[in-house]
Amino acid sequence: MIKAILIFNNHGKPRLIRFYQYFAEDMQQQIIRETFHLVSKRDDNVCNFLEGGSLIGGSDYKLIYRHYATLYFVFCVDSSESELGILDLIQVFVETLDKCFENVCELDLIFHMDKVHYILQEVVMGGMVLETNMNEIVAQVELQNRMEKSEVSDQ
Amino acid sequence: MALKIVKGSIDRMFDKNLQDLVRGIRNHKEDEAKYISTCIDEIKQELKQDNIAVKANAVCKLTYLQMLGYDVSWAAFNIVEVMSSSKFTYKRIGYLAASQCFHEGTDVIMLTTNQIRKDLSSPNQYDTGVALTGLSCFVTPDLARDLANDIMTLMSHTKPYIRKKAVLIMYKVFLKYPESLRPAFPRLKEKLEDPDPVKYLGLLAMSKILKTHPKSHKCNIAKVSKQRDYASMQESLRRCDFFAVKYLGLLAMSKILKTHPKSVQSHKDLILQCLDDKDESIRLRALDLLYGMVSKKNLMEIVKKLMLHVDKAEGTTYRDELLTKIIDICSQSNFQYITNFEWYISILVELTRLEGTRHGHLIASQMLDVAIRVKAIRGFAVAQMATLLDNAHLLTGNTQRNGICEVLYAAAWICGEFSEHLEDPMQTLEAMLRPKVATLPGHIQAVYVQNAAKLFATVLQKHEGETESQAAQETSQLLIDRLPLFVQSANLEVQERASCILQLVKYIQKLQQKNVEVAEEVTALFAGELNPVAPKAQKKVPIPEGLDLDAWINEPPSESESEDEKPKAVFAKEEPKHSRSRHTEVDEKELARRREVRKQEQANNPFYIKASPSSQKVYDAPGVEHIPVVQIDLSVPLKVPGMPMSDQYLKLEEERRQKEKAERKKEKKKKREKRGKERKADSGPESEEDIAPAHQVDIVTEEMPENALPSDDDDKDPNDPHKALDIDLDNLLSGFSSRPLADSEKLPVRTHRPELLKSPAEDRDSESVPQETKKKSGKEKKEKKKDKEKDRKRSKEEKKKKKKHKVEEELLESQPEEAVQSEETKEAAAPPTSTSAEASDLDFWLSSAPVPPAAQEVTAPSSAAAAVDTSSATAPESEPDEPKDTEPEDTKSSKHKKKKQKKEKEEKEKKKKKRHHHHHQHHGDAGGEDSVQNGTVEEEEPLPPMSNYSLLAENSYIKMMKEDADQVYDIQGNHQDESKVVVSVIFENKSDSFLKSMEFNVLDSLNSKLQRPEGAGAHDSLTVPFQLPPGVSNEARFVFSVQSIVMPQKLKGTLTFIVKSDESSTHEKLDFKLHFTCTSYLITTPCYSDAYAKLLESGDLKGSSLRLEGINMPFHHLLARICFHHHFSVVERIDSCASMYSRSIQGHHVCLLVKTSDQTVSIDAKCDEPSLLGNVLDEIKQTFSKC
Repeated sequence: MIKAILIFNNHGKPRLIRFYQYFAEDMQQQIIRETFHLVSKRDDNVCNFLEGGSLIGGSDYKLIYRHYATLYFVFCVDSSESELGILDLIQVFVETLDKCFENVCELDLIFHMDKVHYILQEVVMGGMVLETNMNEIVAQVELQNRMEKSEVSDQ
Repeated sequence: MALKIVKGSIDRMFDKNLQDLVRGIRNHKEDEAKYISTCIDEIKQELKQDNIAVKANAVCKLTYLQMLGYDVSWAAFNIVEVMSSSKFTYKRIGYLAASQCFHEGTDVIMLTTNQIRKDLSSPNQYDTGVALTGLSCFVTPDLARDLANDIMTLMSHTKPYIRKKAVLIMYKVFLKYPESLRPAFPRLKEKLEDPDPVKYLGLLAMSKILKTHPKSHKCNIAKVSKQRDYASMQESLRRCDFFAVKYLGLLAMSKILKTHPKSVQSHKDLILQCLDDKDESIRLRALDLLYGMVSKKNLMEIVKKLMLHVDKAEGTTYRDELLTKIIDICSQSNFQYITNFEWYISILVELTRLEGTRHGHLIASQMLDVAIRVKAIRGFAVAQMATLLDNAHLLTGNTQRNGICEVLYAAAWICGEFSEHLEDPMQTLEAMLRPKVATLPGHIQAVYVQNAAKLFATVLQKHEGETESQAAQETSQLLIDRLPLFVQSANLEVQERASCILQLVKYIQKLQQKNVEVAEEVTALFAGELNPVAPKAQKKVPIPEGLDLDAWINEPPSESESEDEKPKAVFAKEEPKHSRSRHTEVDEKELARRREVRKQEQANNPFYIKASPSSQKVYDAPGVEHIPVVQIDLSVPLKVPGMPMSDQYLKLEEERRQKEKAERKKEKKKKREKRGKERKADSGPESEEDIAPAHQVDIVTEEMPENALPSDDDDKDPNDPHKALDIDLDNLLSGFSSRPLADSEKLPVRTHRPELLKSPAEDRDSESVPQETKKKSGKEKKEKKKDKEKDRKRSKEEKKKKKKHKVEEELLESQPEEAVQSEETKEAAAPPTSTSAEASDLDFWLSSAPVPPAAQEVTAPSSAAAAVDTSSATAPESEPDEPKDTEPEDTKSSKHKKKKQKKEKEEKEKKKKKRHHHHHQHHGDAGGEDSVQNGTVEEEEPLPPMSNYSLLAENSYIKMMKEDADQVYDIQGNHQDESKVVVSVIFENKSDSFLKSMEFNVLDSLNSKLQRPEGAGAHDSLTVPFQLPPGVSNEARFVFSVQSIVMPQKLKGTLTFIVKSDESSTHEKLDFKLHFTCTSYLITTPCYSDAYAKLLESGDLKGSSLRLEGINMPFHHLLARICFHHHFSVVERIDSCASMYSRSIQGHHVCLLVKTSDQTVSIDAKCDEPSLLGNVLDEIKQTFSKC
């Protein structure tokens, strides 16, 4: 199970948070800070796996992350998830974002947090991987956007 | 178009959208908090508006603020409003917000059930998708229970997009509502046959479930999962990072280690190298791996390497990690791998030199553990600890080293407890009473003071009998001088102990001055040995009879107790790791004897190579000769110049092993008998077991309470979320020996659908799959019906013809009849007859959606049970005006009734018994349906449809129907004598106007109270979470807390609402009375006949009885009515006599014995609460008086 998905920038500012287990808001912020602290001090040329986040999960959990330009994509997962699988999933997610936003950059995530959530919802559901095929994800997202547009023009 | 743009811009002028909010926050970097608080005020204003677009926008902004850490739970209700918008755009915003901030404690979640159900069955797949996604994040046990059936239906949706999501969410549903696992499992298994994407997800969900069910379906899963793993691996490897490889390699090794330890151990050096990696993740992985690969042989070497790393390590986190790992490695499996405990003690002492570690208590507990449990090491340990105490200033000197001073706790205790091993107790005593000690934490000082007293006793004893008791006198004086310092301590524990001991010593001094011998008495204060207690020992102490551990001894104290004043229980948590010692116990004498024998042997053996003199030169350092190898009672200096202690032991140990090996070789040559129990497996010269411990250590076994039973369920983690899923699934699928699905396990199906305004076309669209199966079954039914009727005619004729040879013929006859029956029941409703019926069983539950009227008509005569079943779903809309009590007899079925009544009752006893047998196994909780089925199984008698909705109140605008409280349930963990009751009320708009702002209020009684949201006053009304367009009905649920359930209750209530038509809007009011019958507090609970008999025998139940005259209905109708209206289940039925059972939400047992003869029904009843029973019987009487 994926316990949480966090996206924050190089300064630890959250850009998207998605917890699949309930934490109160202040706890969520603490988790973000801790995770940022753990992840940001690591070089880019070390591995993408990290154990020992004390706030979320404990020993059974690990952080799997990727660092793209100014953003960190961090997935907190338990031992039932495959490390490579999640690493791959992050890549799929980012590529999907890239396709949906056309050359995605941090600003897209800042101003369209809701849309990023909708895309993520097509990839991960309730902490479980739903779809890894990028074309399928993009198709579903676009269909839903089209529906939204048709509703706007109905008004 | 232009207008729209204008309108849009006007909207924008007034409202910030998400982008504006973000921009605003970015522009107000200095006073962000202030800016956001004004934004929140704006949002609050927006939420008050009626325009759903404005609300949705506000909710969207709240979602953003939630990410920044603002609590937005206050808007939960508005989120629900946005969720229930008919527009996908807004719905999506609502569900997103809900998934971000709803959780099990959110009270409005209860209000979403209907909305979610509606969305799940929406014709638009994205509405369904959005609802599923949202639900996956905030599903609660209640939602899971209420929606499990709807979700299961979606697992066969036409769109793979929905199937995928439905399959995945099932896992969450199982976690929250484990009862759904068994009924849903076959369906989930089917999904494994689905085309690709869904199959994988089904697999995923399944594999998560099967974590707890390793046995079942292994091959099936293994096959598919291999495909999947392979595919995903290939895909992943293509993109795989180089840096990941090392990490994953180590990870893989740790997995291999579990099965093939040898093959990993050969890579020891490589793994040790990884400890130098700059990547902490890799270092930690390597450490983890080392833990698993130590053996007696390599333990010392590995720990030595780790100690080197400890010195090098930068950053306390990693160093602390190393420290804990060293301790873990050494202490694992009850010190299994330690052959030399002196070495281990030295390692621990060396670790105390670590600066700023947090793990002082860990080291301390190890010291205590070893000193207590390894008797032979005590002398050595005490000597080490004494030195440690003497050098305490090194540890405490730096305030930053705080954590490590915990070690002194252990040191002081060991020195005190085992003071007989001390060489110079006087000196240690002096060290323990230095003024500096007063700077230590309180709990350590307390131990110091206590153990100073122990040492004092030892000193006295030592010097007792000496003519000049100078030393003893001095000691007393020392204590009297030093203790006042502790008496002044701010720590209560220290103060108390110090003043006690001070007075004691003063008294002793007086006695000493009179030359009285006191040593013995003083020593007696501390006599007795402490033994370690096995972990879980406490748990295994049997609870004495009549002791209620949950009862308060005193009323609970107020919460505000000061925490500072509580003495810290520092080591309370530390427990010995394993309960059984691997080491064989050998007593000291035996040990000494063996040593002697060995020495003799060595001395007499000319071939024996003694330790080479040259190698001894290495240890030329002073004092080294005294280091004990075999004997352990010699004292050893704590530090040897130039070399860390533990290294010496390492060398010595290696040498010892060499020696032993040589010895053993020699032994083999001589072909001597193997000696010693500890050499069991002498297979290879290098094998693990060959390395005997340096000295036979007598590891004290842990104590267990008497009559404690070893139980294996100790290992299960009570917090494991999967624990609840540990449900027997094997039986579900494999044939007759299995335990088939009982009725009680079926998923709850809603018996009423308020959102019935959907057009049939929509219906077909969204649920086409179940519909298809239904049509098919409808056709089958037709055919079967024909067959059956033929059968019946034939049998009738046969009966006429062959009345005389009845017995013979009946055998023949009963067989086809039975076949027909089983088929009929199968199509009618989930029959409890056999496992083979399960597939159709599931289909039935899945297709509980309204049946097309045509199909119903066709089937109605032959199987009215189906009509009954669906009637609970369809009745309210097909015959909404009829309250439950006026159900019409099914006229169509009356013909059949006559036919059946002709049927001989005295059919073969055997056959009946068989049926009864089925019967017991399957009383269900779905009261009415269950009993109806029972009826049909028995006698093919159709039952009139029954509805459990009753009219609550009605006027020209609105009608309120109350569900007959079959939703009563008891929320667990609730206050003991208070239960919660959920009442479903259907609101139907009968007018042509729009009804809005409905507010529901009830005048609370002392006993029953309407649950209002937190903060609401006791008389506030609850807003009904929907509005009603003309002709629409919807259902709302209200929770009541009820204290006593033995009496029926009537609550007066009012519904206020606004009637809004085109011209005007008026405020209207409708009064109603809510009637809580005692019956409504009963839950249909199945009960097996043996348990039932026990219950009756117990004598705790009080009896009462009831007689009903003029009951003109078949017996099984009667039972069905009792089951349906009064929530009983049939325990056993023999002819015209039946026993029934039900349980109240507060656990009262209610037992009925129902007998009938000639229109008279007598009911003998027993219950542990007489007034409850009386009321239930009254209600039963009423039910039948109405017929």
